[in-house]
Amino acid sequence: MATVLVNGKEVEIGANERLNCIQVASKVGEEIPAYCWHPELSVVASCRMCLVEVGDKKPDGTVAMQPKLVPGCQTPVKDGTVIVSDSPKVQEARKATLEYLLLNHPLDCPTCDQAGECYLQDYSFNYGRGYSRLNEPKNIKPDKEYIGDQITLFTDRCIMCTRCVRFTREISGSAELQVVSRGSHEEIDIFPGHPVNNPLAGNVVDICPVGALCSKDFLYQQRVWWLKSTNSVCTGCSTGCSITVDQNEDRVYRVKPRPNPQAQGHFMCDEGRFGWKYTHSDQRLVSPEIRVNGQVSSRDWDQTVISVRNAVKKAAAGKGKLAAVLSPWMTVEEAWLLSSFLRSLSPNAVLALGPVRVTGHDEHFPKDVHGKPVTPTKFTIRAEKAPNRNGVQAVLSHFTGDVMPFEELLRLASAGQFSTVFLTGGDPEGWITELQAEAFSDVESVIVQDFLPSPVLQHATHILPSGTFVEREGTVINHKGLAQLIRRSVRGPDGTRPDTRILWELAERTGLPQTEVLRREISTAIPALAALTNPELRELGTLLSTAQPAGASA
Amino acid sequence: MPAFEPVLFARINKPDSTSLKSWQADGGYSRLKEFLSMAPADVTNIVKDSGLRGRGGAGFPTGLKWTFLPKDHPGPIYLAINADESEPGTFNNRYLMEKDPHQLIEGIILACHAIRSNRAYLYLRYEYGTSYRVLDAAIRECHAAGILGKNIQGTGFDLDIILHRGAGAYICGEETGLIESLEGKRAWPRIKPPFPAIEGLFRKPTIVNNVETLCCVTHILYRGIEWFKSIGVQPDPSNPRDPGSFGPKLYCVSGHVNRPCCVELPLGVTARELIEEHAGGVWKGRKAKAVVPGGISMGFLSDKELDTKLDFAGPGKVGCLGLGTAAVVVVDDQTSMVDVLHNCCRFMSHESCGQCTPCREGTHWMTKILERIRSGNGRSEDLDLLLEVAGSMGIIPGTTICGLSDGAAWPVKNAINKFRPEFEEYIRSRKSSVTSAQKMMAAH
Repeated sequence: MATVLVNGKEVEIGANERLNCIQVASKVGEEIPAYCWHPELSVVASCRMCLVEVGDKKPDGTVAMQPKLVPGCQTPVKDGTVIVSDSPKVQEARKATLEYLLLNHPLDCPTCDQAGECYLQDYSFNYGRGYSRLNEPKNIKPDKEYIGDQITLFTDRCIMCTRCVRFTREISGSAELQVVSRGSHEEIDIFPGHPVNNPLAGNVVDICPVGALCSKDFLYQQRVWWLKSTNSVCTGCSTGCSITVDQNEDRVYRVKPRPNPQAQGHFMCDEGRFGWKYTHSDQRLVSPEIRVNGQVSSRDWDQTVISVRNAVKKAAAGKGKLAAVLSPWMTVEEAWLLSSFLRSLSPNAVLALGPVRVTGHDEHFPKDVHGKPVTPTKFTIRAEKAPNRNGVQAVLSHFTGDVMPFEELLRLASAGQFSTVFLTGGDPEGWITELQAEAFSDVESVIVQDFLPSPVLQHATHILPSGTFVEREGTVINHKGLAQLIRRSVRGPDGTRPDTRILWELAERTGLPQTEVLRREISTAIPALAALTNPELRELGTLLSTAQPAGASA
Repeated sequence: MPAFEPVLFARINKPDSTSLKSWQADGGYSRLKEFLSMAPADVTNIVKDSGLRGRGGAGFPTGLKWTFLPKDHPGPIYLAINADESEPGTFNNRYLMEKDPHQLIEGIILACHAIRSNRAYLYLRYEYGTSYRVLDAAIRECHAAGILGKNIQGTGFDLDIILHRGAGAYICGEETGLIESLEGKRAWPRIKPPFPAIEGLFRKPTIVNNVETLCCVTHILYRGIEWFKSIGVQPDPSNPRDPGSFGPKLYCVSGHVNRPCCVELPLGVTARELIEEHAGGVWKGRKAKAVVPGGISMGFLSDKELDTKLDFAGPGKVGCLGLGTAAVVVVDDQTSMVDVLHNCCRFMSHESCGQCTPCREGTHWMTKILERIRSGNGRSEDLDLLLEVAGSMGIIPGTTICGLSDGAAWPVKNAINKFRPEFEEYIRSRKSSVTSAQKMMAAH
């Protein structure tokens, strides 16, 4: 155990913790401002914003301070380190550095996307001098015309922290970005003909502390102070990156990674970053339907739910069997609601796991010049695109032991085994082919709960328009058994309902749909998922005690 | 005191001084075998005990630097020779390389033996074409004669010298900038620690030494510690941390003098002596107004400070940054200090690597302010602003990654503090050093 003094406050750090001054100070709420330092990137100590006074506390109690200011990012702490970040000397140095950084900055905050979440603004407000003493014309560098499909570079706003350059070298490994020219003329640029289009390119926008690198997708869409952020999880693949969803008036504008060492680290891939667009697709299913002989007989939610419930109950009571497909895009709570309801009606109800989409191979970063992954791996885009196979499998195996694959259910359906099937979709890329849908052509009641049209709709007798991941709440369990909470951040289009609500009403539960209640039920019923009630679930997620939940197979 | 006899420059005027034969005729390489059979630590100790301090600018004790290498390192260990001589006014290494390459090569061999290195990289300023050709020929000669390569003179010691031409940047002369440049990267100085002696070139322990330093190593070994310590300035007894300034030093004198020269003298000669006795006095019968003691990044001596001893401690006593490269640049009394300072700032702004914020922006800003003053639009508050900017670029030396920022700030601090009335008069009288043609150029 080591003790460090930050502005007179004592901080205890663990024996194996290797921290720099910035990290230690943040533990006691002391901010040491920094631009070039980023926890996931190498230390360059070039912005000189984090200069602090550092000294050593001797065993006899005296403190020997170093005469010069040192960069906090570059200075590791040890037992007895004394850090002073609020002395007049430090404040003067910060003031000077900020004045330098703003000398040639265009101060175009009114038209800059970063305004409101800009470190240049924040630090200038907190530590700066308030006005510039530059009497000469500013040295304004022209913006770059094209550096990538998703990102723009406003060269004049850049403060040369080189975080983006280090990101493309150290995390993506693609090294498209570089510094050209020298001294006050230097700029970030690409080598001609090699734009930043790697699968992680969007991250450079997040790590840019100022408004130099902007996302083309988000450019001029919203002022950031209009946005409301919700912590959630990306459902684009089984990595399950922690994210924040930024929305305004029920429209999502962007998704940003939320640092989570247990899930993905600090970054996310562009596939996930821009992969939420289907939420606002004009193809969305926006009205419940009951179809009789191919004709819509009702578009009323209450009637549809009652009709679905009757169809399910009829199958449970009658000769034909009842079956359901649980999509790996469902949350654990939704899978639990549906399975437990169907099994309570008929202990023989067949439950199968929906199709798990796998695209190519896991893609590891960084890559070398030949495109081969280099260890240590800093980021992985997984081939398994379903976010919650582990969670749904855990629920299914609780009820059925072995988990029935989708193909087996299709075979049984084609053989006329079922009178009612309850199908859940959720894969925005489509989860069923025309040919597979034929299996349900002779089934009496085909209930489809999905948010986008699919070939199976032509055989559907009931359509339940559900919500996308930004409209629902519930738990997803990623590839290594990390349970995290996705949260509702927008209301779905009129006519749609979040899945939990649909299933809650279907199961004739009373009161408002509450995922908390469901998690408590699940944790009592399924030992492998007992940890779902941990409070950490709401923040960085909780790692289930068994790395692979029961029933999970490779 | 007996007349000083040049050692480093003893042979530069001899005919054919660059050839191996001529160096050997003067006793060169004669005891190489003997020195190579000594234990490396013994060679290091000789250099350490001689009190040799680096001639590149910082004056760090050379032998002490060598001892920073990790003990029992399995290798490789590298020696990088800093021949990227680009401090304005400095041209001593150029003489040494063009006129007496074997003196340097022998020093390299001895140093490599002392630090157990089998590969030396000579980082040569690109503009030194003649030096490149001379050194290249000399290295080839040595290989042919078995003085370089495998098993040198049967001692079992191997050494290759790789001659590397630089890419024309001042910052490549900074120790770690040089290493980055050698590795084929942008010459951005590295953050320290780790220091190069622990992790340098190709992430291996590396010693970086200046050309003149290594030439001194040759003579220290041949002539002994006593000889070396008999030259120069003894340590100040009142300052226990002063290691003294021993040995001969090449002083470059340029600027407004009758006879610009590079001359070898014992450390501790005064600026006045250099100008009057060796450079033929200030030109056109004028008087010196300011003197740069050792490259512009060291600041200025005013005309009242010309009797300052130019040893490692002297310039610091009158507010300069240090001895630097001992490149003395003389400014006569007809020259405006505003123009001199502007020229310094323009150079530093052009050469700043752009890594650290204060240096990148500060050098450029100071140049802009001085440009404005020179165009007749100065304001009296500009001087304090310049001092403040210079002050925040090097709050005390060492707040940026490398010393360039301090070196860029120092001439500004010195010039304004020592010549403030001249600056004030320049601004008050709205003088302008810019011609209308230059103004038009600047406008476009």
